[in-house]
Amino acid sequence: MAQSSQITPGRAYGFFTDTSVCIGCKACEVACKQWNELPGNDPVFGDGFDNTGSLDAQNWRHVEFIDNVPDETMGTGQGKAWLMMSDVCKHCQHASCMEVCPTGAIIRTEFDSVYIQQDVCNGCRNCISACPYNVIGQDEHKGVAQKCTLCYDRLQGGMEPACSKACPTDSIQFGPVDELQQMARQRVADLQEQGVTQARLYGDDASVYGGLNAFFLLMDEPEKYNLPNAANAVLPSRNNVGGYLGVLATAVLGVLGGLIALRRRREPAAETPSETRPETEAGEE
Amino acid sequence: MTILAEAQHFVRPPDWTWYILFYFFFAGLSGGSYTIATLFRLRGERSDEPAARLGYYAAFAALLPCPVMLILDLGRPLRFWHMMWNTTPDAAGFNFVYWSPMSVGVWALLLYGVFATVSFAEALVRDGKIRLPLAQGAVRLLDGTLGKLVIAAGAVVGLFIAGYTGVLLAVSNQPVWSDTWALGGLFLASGMSGSAALLMLLTRYRPEAQASAGMLAVSERLYALLELALIVVFVLTLIPAGTLGLTFGFPWILLWLVALAGLAPGIAGLLTSRLAVTGEGTTVAVHATSAATTLAVPALVLVGVLALRAAVIFSIQ
Repeated sequence: MAQSSQITPGRAYGFFTDTSVCIGCKACEVACKQWNELPGNDPVFGDGFDNTGSLDAQNWRHVEFIDNVPDETMGTGQGKAWLMMSDVCKHCQHASCMEVCPTGAIIRTEFDSVYIQQDVCNGCRNCISACPYNVIGQDEHKGVAQKCTLCYDRLQGGMEPACSKACPTDSIQFGPVDELQQMARQRVADLQEQGVTQARLYGDDASVYGGLNAFFLLMDEPEKYNLPNAANAVLPSRNNVGGYLGVLATAVLGVLGGLIALRRRREPAAETPSETRPETEAGEE
Repeated sequence: MTILAEAQHFVRPPDWTWYILFYFFFAGLSGGSYTIATLFRLRGERSDEPAARLGYYAAFAALLPCPVMLILDLGRPLRFWHMMWNTTPDAAGFNFVYWSPMSVGVWALLLYGVFATVSFAEALVRDGKIRLPLAQGAVRLLDGTLGKLVIAAGAVVGLFIAGYTGVLLAVSNQPVWSDTWALGGLFLASGMSGSAALLMLLTRYRPEAQASAGMLAVSERLYALLELALIVVFVLTLIPAGTLGLTFGFPWILLWLVALAGLAPGIAGLLTSRLAVTGEGTTVAVHATSAATTLAVPALVLVGVLALRAAVIFSIQ
């Protein structure tokens, strides 16, 4: 835990995930599943160390492996990338999921985290369609949407979340967001000073969804970690006005089209000026 | 040689599939049929009244599967009412999230259900299918301005129902869906064209409505043109986002071809006959035309309406 003080309702809490010290051990995944009683999915064995796949209803922490390393034996420094990141719900200040939820199931808790109330959600999956980070999944047995709760129950009991508690390298740090931000800025400055110029922060300021309560220190561009960059971190509601104006314009044209059709059916064709019948028998009243 | 920065999408698809496809299809047909029926009654002639009633019957019938599809699609169908009532402890109350099209759509569908049911019942009474004195008295209330106001309001909500489904898809972070503002208009235009085709098809079974077949034929052409224009807008808006290949790639291109085939009769009619009912400029009674015209053409248009929605929904999921 980043600080020694008590966990106090009314204060914003979150994670600072420093990917520069992640060793890919997945202790966070195990601790999360154990505490939250998540059965998990069948492991996926692909071409890499990632057998979790992605964040979803069963995986609320997911260690991503970004390995752009050739299979052949090569000398040191030949690989282009060998990065690990423990991904998690970002608990965005401007949360896309919360914005579109029609039931009010997604709320902001007293710890400023974004929480899906399991007894209110009806499984419409609008939040899944909105979350830009591929965080939320629908539990196939319960039928509702699930994601990281920032260990809401543990926070209420004064305990830090299971994943950060278990992280052996302090890659995941939990604490008040303002303290974590200070710590992260110091850390990135230190790294830069040491010549690790690729180190950067993601989500520590308002440029991404108003700020992420769970933010990251990355060793490459955000998109390499499947995180949209600041220009692409946009909210679903941006399309409301354009979408409805499109409907309105089409509706006006549609009604106009109908009125034209009502008029023109009684008129002779423009091509056939010889025919001057004013009315057809079908159109007469 | 990408000049514009393409949109980045890392989202998971919401798994909205067959139930949602058919909801979108029936919502388009119901709202469109109600609107055309209302145009007949408000701006048509006395001879258009049978077609207007046919439109209200079709609007009601097409509406019936809509809530069923929506409820079955939920992970917890018995909690469908949570869309309307927030059950959060200490925050219980009505849910109306005006910036979430799903929330707005639930209320609009409920409201539209009232209009569609009233107009359906009114048509039954006027057709003499219901002879209860109470019902006849109630329908007499709708004879004048009140009746016109009711169906005009119903048509506005009907147009919304036919079109908001596209906005619902756009208000997300999904590739294709959220990269365009044209989907709402596109679904509405396609719903209108499908509704004109559906009513053309149904006039076969209601001979007294055939007096209105000319209007349906001409309007179907105009709606096909409107839909084609919106498909062009849809394509143009996807180019800068770099997601055009996602929805028009194989095999989805086949569905788009079916959707375009559904537009072919309307566009061809526009090219050959412009806005005249036939190439000769005369109204031809439906019973005098071939079955191919009154059965196969509307069926093709309706298949196109379904294929368009299927292409949009399935191509990114």
